[in-house]
Amino acid sequence: MIPTNAPALAPLIFLLAALIIPLAALRIRRLAYVLAMAAAAAAAAVSVGNIFRVLESGTVHYRFGGWPPPLGIEYVLDPLSAFITAVINLTALVVLVHARLTVAADLPERKHVPYYALVMLMMSGFNGIVLTGDFFNLYVFLEIASLSLYGLIAVGDRKSPVAAFRYLVIGMVGGGFYLLGVGFLYINSGSLNMADLKAILPAVGARPEIIVALCFMVLGFGIKMALFPLHGWLPDAYTYAPTATSSLMAPIGTKIGAYGLLRVLFFVFGVNFVTRTVPLAQVISWLAAAGILYGSIMAMAQDELKRMLAFSSIAQVGYIGLGIGLANPLGLLGAVLHVLNHGLMKACLFLVAGNFRMRLGHSRIRALDSGARRRMPWTSAAFTLAALSMIGLPPTVGFFSKWYLALGTIRNRSWIFLAVILASSLLNAVYFFRVIERLYLRPAMQDNEARETEGRSEVAPSMLLPTLVLALSLVVIGLLNVVIVKGLLVRFLPPGLEFAFP
Amino acid sequence: MSAPAAPSLLPLLAVLVSLAAVPLILLSSRRPRLRETWTLAAAAAKFGLVLALLPGALQGRIAVFGLFEIVPGVRLELRADPLGVLFALVASGLWILTSLYSIGYTRGLNEHKQTRYFAFFAVCLSATVGIAFAANLVTFILFYEILTIATYPLVIHKETPEAVSAGRKYLAFTLSAGVLLIAAAAWSFLLVGDLDFKPGGIFTGLALAGKTAVPLFLLFLGGVGVKSAVMPLHSWLPAAMVAPTPVSALLHAVAVVKAGVFGLVRVVVFVFGPDLLRRFHLDSVLIVLAVTTILVGSLLALRQDNLKRRLAYSTVSHLSYIVLGTALLSGPAIIGALLHLAFHATMKITLFFCAGAIYVNLHRENVSELNGTGKIMPWTMAAFTLGSLGLCGVPPLNGFVSKWFLGSAAVGSGRPLLAGVLILSGLLNAAYLLPIVQRSFFRRGSGLEGRREASPWMVAPLVLTAVLSLALGLFPGTFHQLAVRVAAGLFGG
Amino acid sequence: MHDFLVGHYFYWFIFLLMTIGLAGIILKRNLIKKVIGMSILQVAIILFFVASASKWDATVPILDPALGAADVTKYINPLPHCLMLTAIVVGVATSGVAFALIIMIWRRFRTLDENELLEKLKNDPD
Repeated sequence: MIPTNAPALAPLIFLLAALIIPLAALRIRRLAYVLAMAAAAAAAAVSVGNIFRVLESGTVHYRFGGWPPPLGIEYVLDPLSAFITAVINLTALVVLVHARLTVAADLPERKHVPYYALVMLMMSGFNGIVLTGDFFNLYVFLEIASLSLYGLIAVGDRKSPVAAFRYLVIGMVGGGFYLLGVGFLYINSGSLNMADLKAILPAVGARPEIIVALCFMVLGFGIKMALFPLHGWLPDAYTYAPTATSSLMAPIGTKIGAYGLLRVLFFVFGVNFVTRTVPLAQVISWLAAAGILYGSIMAMAQDELKRMLAFSSIAQVGYIGLGIGLANPLGLLGAVLHVLNHGLMKACLFLVAGNFRMRLGHSRIRALDSGARRRMPWTSAAFTLAALSMIGLPPTVGFFSKWYLALGTIRNRSWIFLAVILASSLLNAVYFFRVIERLYLRPAMQDNEARETEGRSEVAPSMLLPTLVLALSLVVIGLLNVVIVKGLLVRFLPPGLEFAFP
Repeated sequence: MSAPAAPSLLPLLAVLVSLAAVPLILLSSRRPRLRETWTLAAAAAKFGLVLALLPGALQGRIAVFGLFEIVPGVRLELRADPLGVLFALVASGLWILTSLYSIGYTRGLNEHKQTRYFAFFAVCLSATVGIAFAANLVTFILFYEILTIATYPLVIHKETPEAVSAGRKYLAFTLSAGVLLIAAAAWSFLLVGDLDFKPGGIFTGLALAGKTAVPLFLLFLGGVGVKSAVMPLHSWLPAAMVAPTPVSALLHAVAVVKAGVFGLVRVVVFVFGPDLLRRFHLDSVLIVLAVTTILVGSLLALRQDNLKRRLAYSTVSHLSYIVLGTALLSGPAIIGALLHLAFHATMKITLFFCAGAIYVNLHRENVSELNGTGKIMPWTMAAFTLGSLGLCGVPPLNGFVSKWFLGSAAVGSGRPLLAGVLILSGLLNAAYLLPIVQRSFFRRGSGLEGRREASPWMVAPLVLTAVLSLALGLFPGTFHQLAVRVAAGLFGG
Repeated sequence: MHDFLVGHYFYWFIFLLMTIGLAGIILKRNLIKKVIGMSILQVAIILFFVASASKWDATVPILDPALGAADVTKYINPLPHCLMLTAIVVGVATSGVAFALIIMIWRRFRTLDENELLEKLKNDPD
């Protein structure tokens, strides 16, 4: 049963968990977390298994109810969806380990159970978006994920409902445009299935409504992805949301939008349509480059760590957008690899911010000093490693993303984009070293006597361990990047952009 | 490359042995003696391993150790060729002496954060040997960037605002350079598909157009030029003098800056190749930059009162001797350049060691305060004298040997003016170094009552390096042979 | 031209609705009015799908024995209607969440005016 149902399992596991948790936890509150962890672990295991399945037998199709497309809804497990679901589920698993204590600390007890249920719903939504082969089904799961996310954001700081509201309105507009785009496609083709549309679209040609449909869908995904200039919702949402939500949102949420962009641009419309017929890829690459610079520059001006990381995320999403916009195999490989790499780096960084909030009561940069580092040496070390990775120091993952992306820009002779990528490394160094300098060099506020009595007060193992695991993975995955790229990612490349390494 | 490659674990061990010492050093933070022992043991082991690679390199048997693919198409690989062994010998040999010296220095000043100091020093040396033995551009970049980051905590060691600011400047320069180097490597990879260092260059067989070759070379030049302190990319070096003297001595006179010029040699000879450079007159560009740096560096050194800053500008100037030799693109010139790489290291480190000893002993940093120091610190100032004479190019010190090779190579390649530049530089060296000698021995100092020579931990190493400078001048054998091997592989003798 | 304007009158109406909705979201300062604008936009999109399903001289998509099942042009397309059921539900849920958030905001900040809210957020010590 499992093998044939594999593509559909991950979203269903989370969906079931979302439904069971409120019921089960009626009696025993603690069950909420246990069930959530169980579901995350199961989904992660299934996703990793799916990777091997895809490597062995190629793309797997799953038809709900046995109905063939375009009548029925189809889930597709190809190298890209297998990779991305594995990345998001594994990341969610690690972050959930960290979340137990922060949720307990940040939220009043009566909200814990609904919180975990919403997390499960959100993960179900994300998995569904990645795995589905049907455009409308994608809309459904997009809304599931978005609505859960609005709720998850709103239970944070005092200002979080405002951030959530803003995100809600912007997100709904985006979803609405996406739906409109789907409608245009349906009217012109009679099908909602992605593979089907890929076959039908060449016959339909480049009619105005098709072009508009593409633009609307890109708009919808762009908002989800926080592609410049559709990023307005992101800084507040990341900053005011509770630690666990930010740690789940940052590494995973925006990647789903990037995935959608990839699918629609290269697997449905095809590389020729998006580069020659409508120069959409070029537009995306310019916007992404602007986003990289904007995010990096704004990050330098922030005082709050989470807000700095939020703007940094806008820049990093720009990398992925740039890779997509380059529309060549190396750029796409860089973009997808960066989905993994940035997921790891940002998750680690947000966990660090959560650790600081737990022990120091805040994550304001100007209030950090070497006293903080002395009390939390491991967390500080994890931050430093993640920062070096963001700057692009080999052999951490950050370097390799930049390597592939640089190759992609040079292949296209886009020297300006190359300069943007490389300059952003230096900008990253500026705002990350600001924090590192404070942690390691700024003298602590207390005087020396207090220093003796104040021991280590690092966070609990259930928070520290995920942080360190993620930090270490930055080096391990970095060294293994060739295995990932040559073993799996090369296979995902869309038709027309196949590539074999010499 | 016709030299046979023999797989061997030695290059890997040579790189890793000091990394292995790092956890041991970190664990011994409460026991200084143990911590120092680990450092010295690691240094001795590293030097021994490099020494073990020497016979092979001299006879043309190259030890190779390849690991997995680090990016598609490029393996992480170490190769102990004669050039690499030469650099590794210098770095690892001088590390032993620097470690001994560091012990005296940090004890003498009761320095804080010694564990961090010794630990990062070990990492830096790992990275340096990694740079020396890197078989291709990506491995090179890997260790190059690690060196950049690992030297940062050493530069800011004192944690004063001045040190932090110097650290920022250092990072700004070196990270920018790293980024240019990555761009250059990525571009080269797309052009050629293989980034292994090959004598004569990797672009042979491709007819590279000027609009590709020139920007590519400039990217490479930016990448290695910062650490080589080629003007105008040099200003991080004097700023970095706020670091403790052993750091300045080893890293900024030996490891970091020599890694820069080493990289330049790799780029010029093993990546671009002499033919490509000549075709687009890039060798002339290099020569102009080198000459400017040699002369302006020396002139700026004259104006510094702070001893370490004076020595820093002197380093800037001398590094371009190596750049000049490389740019001449001939066998004898390369020999001269590589000899100067090694010999300048011994001489400069002597001078820095002396500066540090003076600081620890007398708390004096400026040349104008050095009157009469020769009387109370005879060994130190004698060593300083030897080092200074060597830098001026006075026989029989090793400085004379390398300068002779460079000068005759300049004449031999039809550019006698450059030999003139070398002579002029020698005179300028005398102008900014010999007065110090004169002050210390022939003038009366003040405030020196009751002071004695510095601790033996510091004096012994600096005397050793001074004697080494003399010995290498009299018997340059090994280094000369290594350099000849490198040149033979490149220019056929 | 006549056909373009009059024949597609419903789409012009939808376009007008969308514009009103978007304008409401962007231009109105009161949060509730933004939600109203959002709802109008969603309704417009829903109407678009429903309109696209209709055909001239076709009846509701319930099998009529008199017409038979052979000729599909006699029945309007049921699929967009089904899709829009989902979309309506999504719209309702979204409005619900939006209103819940508005209540939260009111309780904390005692204002639903966007500009006042921004002022209060700026001065808020958090």
